[in-house]
Amino acid sequence: MSTATKTNVVNLTTEEFVHPGNRACSGCGLSILYRIGLKALGRDCIFVVPPSYLTVMQGLYPIAASQMPILNGTFASTAAIATGVRAAMKRRGKQTQVVAWAGDGGTADIGIQALSGALERNEDIIYICYDNEAYMNTGVQRSGTTPQGGLTTTTPYSGKKENSKNLPAIVAAHNPAYVATCSASYPLDFHDKLIKAKGIRGLKYFHIQTPCPPGWGCDERMTIKIGKAAIDCGLFDLYEIENGKKSLSEPSKKLLNKDKMRPLQDYLKMQTRFKALSAEQTTAMQERIDTKWAAYRQDFAAQ
Amino acid sequence: MSKKLIDSGNNAAAMAVQLAEAEVIAAYPITPQTPLTEKLSEVIAAGKMDAEYVAVESEHSALAVCIGAASAGSRAFTATSSNGLLYMSEQLHWAAGSRLPLVMCVVNRGIGAPWSVWNDHQDAMSQRDAGWIQIFAKDHQEIVDMTLKAFRLAELVHIPVMVNYDGYYLSHTYMPFELPEAKAVQEFLPPYDYAHTLDPEKPESLNTVTLPYARLDINGVKRPGYMDIRHNLHQEMRLAMEVWEEIDADYAQRFGRGGAPILDPYCCDDADFVVVAMGSIANQFHVVVDRLREEEGLKVGVLALQIYRPFPTAKIAEALQNAKGVMVYEKGLSYGNQGALYADLKSALYPYPNRPQLHNFIVGLGGRDIPTEDLFQTLKTACLNGDRNSPEQADTPQWIGLQL
Repeated sequence: MSTATKTNVVNLTTEEFVHPGNRACSGCGLSILYRIGLKALGRDCIFVVPPSYLTVMQGLYPIAASQMPILNGTFASTAAIATGVRAAMKRRGKQTQVVAWAGDGGTADIGIQALSGALERNEDIIYICYDNEAYMNTGVQRSGTTPQGGLTTTTPYSGKKENSKNLPAIVAAHNPAYVATCSASYPLDFHDKLIKAKGIRGLKYFHIQTPCPPGWGCDERMTIKIGKAAIDCGLFDLYEIENGKKSLSEPSKKLLNKDKMRPLQDYLKMQTRFKALSAEQTTAMQERIDTKWAAYRQDFAAQ
Repeated sequence: MSKKLIDSGNNAAAMAVQLAEAEVIAAYPITPQTPLTEKLSEVIAAGKMDAEYVAVESEHSALAVCIGAASAGSRAFTATSSNGLLYMSEQLHWAAGSRLPLVMCVVNRGIGAPWSVWNDHQDAMSQRDAGWIQIFAKDHQEIVDMTLKAFRLAELVHIPVMVNYDGYYLSHTYMPFELPEAKAVQEFLPPYDYAHTLDPEKPESLNTVTLPYARLDINGVKRPGYMDIRHNLHQEMRLAMEVWEEIDADYAQRFGRGGAPILDPYCCDDADFVVVAMGSIANQFHVVVDRLREEEGLKVGVLALQIYRPFPTAKIAEALQNAKGVMVYEKGLSYGNQGALYADLKSALYPYPNRPQLHNFIVGLGGRDIPTEDLFQTLKTACLNGDRNSPEQADTPQWIGLQL
C-alpha cells in the first residue's frame, strides 16, 4: 500500500506555477511545499486560503506571487468556502480541483468545525494543512499543534505544558477518502501523494510538518535537516490512510527496524524552541515515541 | 400564467428562491427560518429545483459556502434568523467587502440572552453596518417580489442583499399572494455572470491583503488601497437606491406590482402626523390610521420604510416636510441611546427646514404582543399632547406594553 516516490529531480516538471520572488523568509518550509505542490496539482485548480503565512507569501494587492486563482477567506471557514467553490464547479460540470490550503491554527484550532463538517459531507476537495506548529504569521504564538515544551511568545520561559493535538488522527476518525502526512523535507513524497489524491473522489487531507526557521529557532540552512530529523527520531511519521488502512511511507518505514531510529535529542537540540525542556520531559517524550513505534512494529509486522 | 396561492411566508420565500433559480443553497436550521430551508431542500430532493443544497454545520459556514460559490460564479442563497445572523457576522462583512451578489432572507427574531425565538428586529439592526443592502417586507406578496428583485439588485450593483421579514407574523402565517410565472422571471432575472470569477484559465487572486495606499499593478495601472475600496462600496451602495427604483419600475411593468420600492405611504398626502415603521407593523398601522382619522379627526398617515440600508436620507426627509409630528415605532434599539431607525431619521431631517416633533416608541421586543389598541392610544396621545414634552422627554424612547 505504501507509495514509492516515483518523481525525482530529473523527471519533475520544470514548469513553474509560482513567480520568482515572493515574501517568504529564506529557508521557509512552506515555500518549498507550495512550489513543488503546485507542480503536482497543475493549472486546473482553485485555491482557498485563510489568514496564514501563505496569504502574505502570495503577495499584496495588486501583485501576486502565484499564477493560480486564489480565494482568500475568513480564518474559520476554509473548508466551507472550498465546499462552495466545489459546488459551483459541479454546477458548471468542471473537474477543476479545489484545494484548501491552511496553516495549523487555521485547521486545528479556529477552522476545525468547518473542516469536520466538510469531512462529514465528504466534499470532493483536497485540504492541505501545513503545520509549522504555531501561529507563525502573527509572530509565533502557541497553537493546538505546538508540541509540549515548545517555547512560543504565548508559552514563554517554560514552554507549552500540554500535548499537541493529533490532527490527522482526528481527521481520520471521520473516515475520509484519503489521509496523508508529509514533510517539507520530503517534497517529492508530497508531490506524488498529491498526484494520487487527484485521482480520488471525496475529501483528501494532507498534514505536513513544515519547519519554520524564525519560529523554531534555527538557521535557515537547517530546514530540510530538521524535518528529516523529526522523522528519523520517530516523532513525526509519514503515512497514508486509504479505505481506513494505514501504511507507512518510505522515509518512516525504515524505522520499523529499531536500529535505524535516531534519539529524540538529535531533533530537539537543533532548535532553540526546545531549550526549556527538562531532562525528565525529554525522557518522557522519548518514551512516548518508543511506545508508539513498538505498536507500529506489531501493526506493520506483516508489511 | 402567474399563480394565486395561500401559503406561509417561509414557503413564499422558498418559492421565490426557486423561481430565481439559485444554484447553490447552504443553510443551517434556526427557528423561525427552518420551514424556508426545509422547503428548499424538499424541492431540490424532489427534482423540482436544479440546485446544490449544502447542509452545513454552522451559519458561519452557510455564508462561507455562498461566498465560495458566488466567487466561483454561481448564484447563491442562504437564510437565517437571530443568533444565526450574528454568528455569520464576520462573513457578512466579508461578502460585502468581496462585492458578492448574495441574497439572504433573514426571518427576524430577538437575540439571546436570554433565549427568545420570537420576533423583533434586533438581529437585522445589529448588522446594519456590515455593508449589506437591507430591505424589509410587510406581507407575503412583498416577500416574493422583494426576493426576486433582490437577486437582480445584488447582481447589478455587486452588493449583497438581506431580505428581512418578521418571524411568525409573516414567516408562519398564511396569506394570499401571487407567484409570477417561471418564464417571466427568467426574462426579468437573466443568469448570473460574474466578472471576477475564480477561473484557472484567467487566474485572479481575490481578497488579497490590501495596503493602506493605492499601488501600481504590473502594468503600471493604479489600483485602489483599502480605503478607496471602502469608499467605492459606500458610494455604490448609495447609488443602489436608484437602481432599486429602476428594478421596481421594470418589475411593475412585467408583473403589475410595485411603485413603492423605498417608501410606501398610507394616507400621508395630507397628514399632519406620520408614523414611520418597518415590516409587518407598518401594515398593522393601517387600521390605526383609519380609526384616528374617523373617530378623532386626526390627519394621520403611516410611511413604511422598505429599505433601511442604504438609508433613503433625502427621500424620507422630503416626505416628512409637511408633517407636524413623526412617530417612529421600532422593534429594536441601540442600547444606551435610542431606536436605531429613530436616530437615523432624526439625522436625516437635520439639514432640512422642517424638523417635525419626533417620538420614538419601542415595541414588540422578543415577541411581546403589540395590541392594535396600544398603537391607537400611544399614537393618539403623541398627536394630541406630543408638543407638551420637554426636548429631553420628547427625545427619550417610550416602551410600549412593558410589564415591569
